[in-house]
Amino acid sequence: MKSLKAQHSELSYSENQLRLLNGVEGHTGKFTPFSERLKETGLFPLRPSGIQIFQMNLGKMCNQVCKHCHVDAGPDRKEIMTQETMLQCLEALDGTDVPIVDLTGGAPELNPNFRWFVESLSDLGKHIIDRCNLTIILANKKYHGLPDFFAMHKIEVVASLPYYSKRRTDGQRGNGVFEKSIQALKMLNEAGYGKEGTGLKLNLVFNPSGAFLPPDQKELEKDFKKELKLHFGIEFNNLLVITNLPISRFLDYLIASENYDEYMEKLVNAYNPAAAMNVMCRDTISIGWDGFLYDCDFNQMLDLKVENQVPQHIQDFDLAALNNRNIILNQHCYGCTAGSGSSCGGATT
Amino acid sequence: MNTYYDPADLKKFGDIGEFEPKLAKKFFDWYGDVFAEGALTAREKSLIALAVSHAIQCPYCIDAYSVDSLEKGCDEAQMMEAVHVAAAIRGGASLVHGVQMMNKVKKLTM
Ligand code: SF4
Ligand code: SF4
Repeated sequence: MKSLKAQHSELSYSENQLRLLNGVEGHTGKFTPFSERLKETGLFPLRPSGIQIFQMNLGKMCNQVCKHCHVDAGPDRKEIMTQETMLQCLEALDGTDVPIVDLTGGAPELNPNFRWFVESLSDLGKHIIDRCNLTIILANKKYHGLPDFFAMHKIEVVASLPYYSKRRTDGQRGNGVFEKSIQALKMLNEAGYGKEGTGLKLNLVFNPSGAFLPPDQKELEKDFKKELKLHFGIEFNNLLVITNLPISRFLDYLIASENYDEYMEKLVNAYNPAAAMNVMCRDTISIGWDGFLYDCDFNQMLDLKVENQVPQHIQDFDLAALNNRNIILNQHCYGCTAGSGSSCGGATT
Repeated sequence: MNTYYDPADLKKFGDIGEFEPKLAKKFFDWYGDVFAEGALTAREKSLIALAVSHAIQCPYCIDAYSVDSLEKGCDEAQMMEAVHVAAAIRGGASLVHGVQMMNKVKKLTM
């Protein structure tokens, strides 16, 4: 499987995705604008509650090509954050008390400056999260030592595992991914991750493997813990349940499988004002591989930069201005506010 | 294509109140309570509903409880086992009447 970009798909252009989300012929399309729903809840314009998380996309390159990927990542994607941009991020971070840096991609570990950057963040005393796809640990000998490297810097590992069965995991993430993920989880456990008393946090991420909403986070966590322990002896801390947002490859899947209209309707009907209160863009800022600033990772993939009243690039980072901005919204935001809500930290209610 | 079943009709289920609101309300209140977490978990109830929907062969219910089972965290194996339970009961229910047939035959024959 190739990325949408490599396939020259129309949906590889963010403007086409936005056009679709805002209603084009052949699709139900015309759903109440998300901002209208926020108005009903008294949350419009949506404002930050104070930036706690600096989420950085270290590049779109990935060793996997998952069907639901909202980044359209893959081995054929060459976009990668340069050391210069990383230095700008360090400089920006140095002047703030933003406590958490969340590293994502693609596979963030594929960035050639990954280790150096983690060490630098560690020196700044930041709490670091690495969004790890697990299989990267086994992809090449030079990555086998990642669990120990993570442990050395007390990195919190957030790893995707869509299900505790092979069928669903491989269906979403590619053949063979389940077995490799299990092996990688064992290596992380061996390094102390997910084990009581080590302080090394290993959280798993569940995304539905298709056009349905995720189950209750706590209930599913119980199942994951039981099944992974029973069959593989694997332990972890928390399960984060994340709804698939209708953008990029997941949007492509929705269209191709003729689930788009129904899925959008489902998200819109499941709008939950309590979830809207806690959307992640309120306490996160997202930095693109090229240093541009976005309200969240999803806006980043749709090329919706932070509003143009505030500096839009990390080299002009201005925390006060960012804390005072209006968040850019569109129809994909329904994905964050459906049911129990969804963010990079899991359910929001 | 004209058929008796249109998937879009499932979404109109709530509209049955249009012709008789009082009873519809009672039904939906009761229905909601039946499926709430109780002595059985909401997931167990969803799997029961999935099995029953196959036993009564209601396409609306099969549609609704396939989605609901997925959204309650069930996997394909659990869902198919539930369908087999329904099938086994249906098959068994026919077969067990064979005893009645045998009784009758034995009574009528020497
Ligand atoms: S979902 Fe994650 S692991 Fe899968 S292709 Fe996208 S970035 Fe890579
Ligand atoms: S998609 Fe982004 S901007 Fe929209 S609600 Fe979710 S986090 Fe906020």
